[in-house]
Amino acid sequence: MALYTPQAAAADARRTVLTTSGRSRERTPRSLVFVVLLWFSLLVAFATLVALLVHTLVDGLPRLDGRLFSEYPSSRPEEAGARPAVLGSLWVIGTTAVLAVPLGVAAAVHLEEFADRDKWWNRLIEVNISNLSAVPAIIYGMLALGSLALLGVTQKNIVVGGAVALGMLILPVIIISTREALRAVPRELRDGSLAVGASDLQTTWRITLPAALPGIATGTILALSRALGEAAPLLLLGGLVFLSFDPNGLLSQFTTMPIQIFSWTSQPQAEFHTLAAAASILLMGILLLMNGTAIYIRNRSQKRW
Amino acid sequence: MTTEPTVHDAIEMELVQKHASRPEVPETPTPVIQVEDVSVFYDDYQAVRDVTLDIGHNEITALIGPSGCGKSTILRSLNRMNDLIRGARVTGAIRYWGQDMYEPGVDPIEVRRRIGMVFQKPNPFPKSIYDNIAYGPRVTGMKVDDMDAHVERALTRAALWDEVKDKLKQSAYGLSGGQQQRLCIARTIAVEPDVILMDEPCASLDPIATLRIEELMAELRDLYTIVIVTHNMQQAARVADRTAFFTAAIDPQTGERHGELVEFDKTTTIFERPADPRTEGYISGRFG
Repeated sequence: MALYTPQAAAADARRTVLTTSGRSRERTPRSLVFVVLLWFSLLVAFATLVALLVHTLVDGLPRLDGRLFSEYPSSRPEEAGARPAVLGSLWVIGTTAVLAVPLGVAAAVHLEEFADRDKWWNRLIEVNISNLSAVPAIIYGMLALGSLALLGVTQKNIVVGGAVALGMLILPVIIISTREALRAVPRELRDGSLAVGASDLQTTWRITLPAALPGIATGTILALSRALGEAAPLLLLGGLVFLSFDPNGLLSQFTTMPIQIFSWTSQPQAEFHTLAAAASILLMGILLLMNGTAIYIRNRSQKRW
Repeated sequence: MTTEPTVHDAIEMELVQKHASRPEVPETPTPVIQVEDVSVFYDDYQAVRDVTLDIGHNEITALIGPSGCGKSTILRSLNRMNDLIRGARVTGAIRYWGQDMYEPGVDPIEVRRRIGMVFQKPNPFPKSIYDNIAYGPRVTGMKVDDMDAHVERALTRAALWDEVKDKLKQSAYGLSGGQQQRLCIARTIAVEPDVILMDEPCASLDPIATLRIEELMAELRDLYTIVIVTHNMQQAARVADRTAFFTAAIDPQTGERHGELVEFDKTTTIFERPADPRTEGYISGRFG
């Protein structure tokens, strides 16, 4: 007969019947208070957003019609539209993309794939790029204003001037997001390419960049949508103008949707406020579409390796 | 091996027969690559020291040993892949057909084109099967008259053609791990290298896929010189003509671990009559 040893007694003592009362240690009063606080914060944020959206929608929907796209601004609210502002936004954002995207992607490729991280100047550049993304937008407007003045340009409210200001504004964002996309490409892919005798440049062009493209596209779209909603730097360039013609080139005068909205809200008549709300809905719709596209690209390209 | 006895056994049987029927390994190798007194440093840390061995022409040379013994480090220095690691430095000489490949003026890209590499984890490019193979010839500017035929030849040599011939335009990521690894071998073959380095090519594969790769290596030996790093001693015994046993030793003065070559000889000698007691201890499973 086996003796009841101390080891066996200890093993028996560890045996437990699991409680089935449904009570959990997660549900102490303290944790409940914490959970309620979290919910409350979420509720405040969400309610504010919903209130804003509903208010804008209720205000703006009556004027969200064809006239908003086809008519020029006017002193008579019933005839006014945002046609030059919509077209101006397209012109400025298009030019911004052409200026900033190649430059930003190229800078990121250099920093991530070629620059020697042990050199102090490369580290200095890295730190400064991170800092630049936190600089207020209006500073970039002043920078563009100053540059244009130096170049002797008298008419500063031109498409290319606005694009330079917005381009500088989003350049750090594009560089940072592109670097992250490049960093996400596995080292093994580069090694595989180099091991068959490809050069660094060929590896970057044919393997690393194509593999990082979805990430780059996502970051770029988000950056451009930020530029699209920006008013401050353009106001500084004199974007608050009353235009009765379509912008038709890089040197054309322009206004953009955020500026048009700002302009209408500062009018005394209530009808203009309705117009501002309608234009806001349009702007939000475009931004939602852009951000949705970015999220779609990101989700579709996940877990490829 | 009770679950899938047929396929596995058939391949293994074939491999054993192939192994038995190969010609006698010469006493001394005809060297393609000569490693002379090579040490590899990462910054100030000496990872491997004073390695001397000859990689024989049209032979399979296996580098075995416990983790951290420097066998992968030596392998990566044979085609200058170590250049890509910051702070890595090679001393001594590595000669490729008599020419020092670390001599100033030698282009590492040219070295890697002649001495290809297959990695531990299959790393096909996010491209179609066809483009994975055509990539090397395209980037190296190889003169290829008929790329379709070239791709077919590389895939056939890598024993993958029959499995993929109907889906050449599909993504390489649709293949199984073993197929992906054979694709990577085909990709290396496609630039017609002289030497193929394999860094634990079967580490992430199941036993059947592993035997397939081993069988493939036995077939490729007549065309290429192969160097393989492996943790699997049976694998070295099955495929290699010559085996180098590395181990890690602690320097009594500094207390640092360095990899070193213990013994290098014909595989049969290493496994049957090792000269060094450390080799015998390792292959009989006493340590490592």
